Amino acid sequence: MKEVPLSKIHQQKGARMIDFGGWYMPVSYTSIIEEHNCVRNHVGVFDVSHMGEFILKGPHALELIQRCTSNDASVLTPGKAQYSCFPNEKGGIVDDLIVYCLEKDVYMLVVNASNTEKDWNWLCKHNTMGVEMIDISEKTTLLAVQGPDALTVLQQLTEINLSSVSYYSFIKGTLAGIDNVLIAATGYTGEPGFEIFFDKIHSEKIWNAIFETGKKFDIKPIGLGARDSLRLEMGYCLYGKDIDDDTTPLEAGLGWITKFTKEFNSSNILLNQKSLGLKKKLVGFEMIDKGIPRSHYQIFDNNKRMIGNVTSGTHSPSLLKPIGMGYVTVENSKQENEIFISVRDKLLKAKIVKFPFYKKKV
Amino acid sequence: MSYPSSLKYTKNHEWLLIEGNIGTVGITNFAQSELGDIVFIEIESVGKNIKQDEIFGTVEAVKTVSDLFSPVTGKVLEKNEELSTNPDLVNKDCYGKGWIIKISIDNPTEIDALLSSSQYEEIVAH
Repeated sequence: MKEVPLSKIHQQKGARMIDFGGWYMPVSYTSIIEEHNCVRNHVGVFDVSHMGEFILKGPHALELIQRCTSNDASVLTPGKAQYSCFPNEKGGIVDDLIVYCLEKDVYMLVVNASNTEKDWNWLCKHNTMGVEMIDISEKTTLLAVQGPDALTVLQQLTEINLSSVSYYSFIKGTLAGIDNVLIAATGYTGEPGFEIFFDKIHSEKIWNAIFETGKKFDIKPIGLGARDSLRLEMGYCLYGKDIDDDTTPLEAGLGWITKFTKEFNSSNILLNQKSLGLKKKLVGFEMIDKGIPRSHYQIFDNNKRMIGNVTSGTHSPSLLKPIGMGYVTVENSKQENEIFISVRDKLLKAKIVKFPFYKKKV
Repeated sequence: MSYPSSLKYTKNHEWLLIEGNIGTVGITNFAQSELGDIVFIEIESVGKNIKQDEIFGTVEAVKTVSDLFSPVTGKVLEKNEELSTNPDLVNKDCYGKGWIIKISIDNPTEIDALLSSSQYEEIVAH
């Protein structure tokens, strides 16, 4: 199994470590619910160094990105980032990713850990225009500092005015005395916060500095368990569960990152799907009957006809009720529609609701 | 981790407290810790007859779900009603307030097949 640079620290902190797609990762340090609430109410730190980072450079870098991703990267200016996906040859999804425009003709793509190799090969296959590609995954540490107090904690470690970094923007600078730290206002929790990228040799120094300044805010390390419940409450897709090679971005509700104003891999297939109308659609639902939906459970309509499958489900720590996501036939995808989840051979009532499940109290 | 020597154990991580011909069943400290935050427990109805090693319920944690297997054959006499509102009692006090069911012990010889605390400890240590 591969290990992140801070693996020892996680174990010292008492993390339960699991094999996550070939990576030895912390799933929880104390309790998933406690960690979840810590991010919603204070601030927490996720080590997500397992994720992949590629640098794409040169006069044709944008052309390659435009060819391979569904969103329109031409609108990016240096310091701006964008959520996107790589459609495959049949309109499914190779991976979802974030594209960062570092400077003119230089981009960083951040991809899912378990797809790093697949994505790299996919890009290489389409790189007929001689774009210089560098895989910096091995030497990069990525920490996500998330929660209402994230800004206050990180602000004490840098001269950069972090409140000026707007959502999906980033800046490079000095943090905790370390130069060349990329601080991005991105995340996967629905909370304000930052994702910080830096050379792995500084891992311990930066980790310790964040925890030192975060002490009075009750900062905690957060495992993948809470990362999953936090993202699910927001209705964010997880690759391998809610989206994969066989689901299209349109079916997954990612039409907003599918821009037909440009041509890209399978754009014609997706455009065709859009004009013919979708057959299935990713929806969110909450349970009415008692029970917890889990990935791969079947979904039925009120005539006991199977209409789809659950892709993600959990007990929501913020809403204190079970929630889930899954694909259902379009006829059954309306909000408030009653559906039934098959939980251990019992059909339990649920209803379709709008994303996000969780909305921040103002 | 502690495994009281007054209890019997199954390899599926249930414990059994024997009082005459009535058994109280719960899950072990190892099981609750492996499951993490328990959020929902589904248990068979009182009066239901269950065989040894048969499923009598399920425990849902945030991340995972696990079946409960009966240590003995018998009838469900009582279930811990408090778990319907406070399932986390199983995390907090797995051998006390987090008990799950009481069951009649119809066939006392089945108890011989259960594990002692030291045998159980041996299993979870590996």
